[in-house]
Parts: sequence; C-alpha cells; structure tokens
Amino acid sequence: MDGLDAQFAALADPTRRAILARLSLGEATVNELADPFEMSQPAISQHLKVLEDAGLIVRRVDGTRRPRRLSSTGIEAMDRWLAMLRTALEKNYDRLDEVLAATGKKKGEKR
Amino acid sequence: MSKMTLKTEGDTHILVTRRFAATPEAVYRAHTDPELIKQWLLGPPGWSMPVCISEARPGGRMRYEWSNGKGAGFHLTGEYLELDPSSRIVHVERMYLPDQTPDNHVETRFERDGEGTLMTMRMTLPDEQTRATMLATGMEHGMEASYVRLEGLV
Repeated sequence: MDGLDAQFAALADPTRRAILARLSLGEATVNELADPFEMSQPAISQHLKVLEDAGLIVRRVDGTRRPRRLSSTGIEAMDRWLAMLRTALEKNYDRLDEVLAATGKKKGEKR
Repeated sequence: MSKMTLKTEGDTHILVTRRFAATPEAVYRAHTDPELIKQWLLGPPGWSMPVCISEARPGGRMRYEWSNGKGAGFHLTGEYLELDPSSRIVHVERMYLPDQTPDNHVETRFERDGEGTLMTMRMTLPDEQTRATMLATGMEHGMEASYVRLEGLV
C-alpha cells in the first residue's frame, strides 16, 4: 500500500508525468530530460529522485552516463494514468448526452 | 459498454470517436455554442467553466477557463480555422497549465449514424514526444477526481 501511495504521489505532478511520458519513448539522461522541460538540472534531478523512490523508473550505468528508463511498474502506472484520462473524457461526453437529451426534449415539447 | 474509443494513430495523432443519440446539427451546436459548452466540457464534479468564449467562424477566438471554485484553475485558448456547419470543425488550441502546451490541431467531424451521430475527433500534435506529454499532462483536473475516486476504493 505504501508503494502505491508513493506512486500516486509521484504521478500527481504534471512535470513528473511528462518525464514518464518522455521515458516511454526510450531512455534518457538528466540533460536530455532537462532540455524540453526548460528546467534546471537540479530541479529535474529532484523529480527523478521522487520517481525512482516510487519505483517508477530505474537508472543504468553507462560509463559516465546514468540514463533513466521506465520500470515495469512505471509502464503500468502510465497505463493506469491513460485509463484515468479516458475516464475523464468519457465523463464529459456522458454529460454531453444529458445536454443533448435536455435540448432535444425542449424542442420536442409543444405547449 | 463504452461508446467512446481513444487511440493513437501514427506518430503524432490521437483519435477519439463517440456516438451520440442526437442529430449532427445538435452535436455540432453543443461543440460551438458557449452556453452549451459550459454545461458539459468540465471534467470532474465540482469544476466549472466560468468563462467560455467561442466565436464559431473562421478566425474566431476560443477561450475556455476552468475553475474548481477553490482557487485552482487553468485555461485554454484557440482559434477556429474552418467550419462546415453541422458536419466539421477545424481549430487549433493550446492549454496553459500554467505553462503553454504546444499547439494541438484538431479536426472534429459529425456524421449521421442511423438515428444519431458519429463524432470523430482527430488531434495532431507537432511530434511524438509532444503527443506523449499531452496524454500524460492533459486533463489535469480529470486526474484529481480520478484520484479521489481511487482513494475511496483503496
């Protein structure tokens, strides 16, 4: 349960989700990650530490480089996140069904 | 049974389809009339859209502002590019979360499907990384509600 809490906390930040999304395309170093996010290296490193502690990413040693990649837990977390996004969209469209039903009814009513 | 599909296409597209039990005219109106948009394009319970500007003509502006009523909020701006009344909307939009996201180019089609309407929304992002990031950061407020629901379950 602790692990799950740590994962949710790690995912509750848009930058960390964006980092995971970037890593879903392949491994990357801190430098490579800092670039598109226009964030300082220490700031990115802090986010990476949270993701690592939550078990969502792992690091590899490659000479002086320390590229990060998604762990299998991280991949599952991204899948769960996408399912949530899907649910949010579905909720909007369910509400649109109600709006359409209400406007249709108003039109149909002849008083 | 889910009526919606959400999938990626190629490197830069996201495709959403959904069927509605209403005419293409009505579904198109619900996507362009600000008074109607405000009623459904909201995300989770508790969020509202206090500001909705939708100038449904080529070159017209879009601005949607969401609020949770407790000080949190974000907004989207965009421009309408092409409109074929009741059948097609082409627009470009970007979110401010608060940082500006890259432009999302969106084509939405409404086709008669039996008694109802099949909506097909095709988003085009600048590149694969932007698409991945958008899927991960989009619908910020949607996630909060999902977390609340999850917390209730755990």
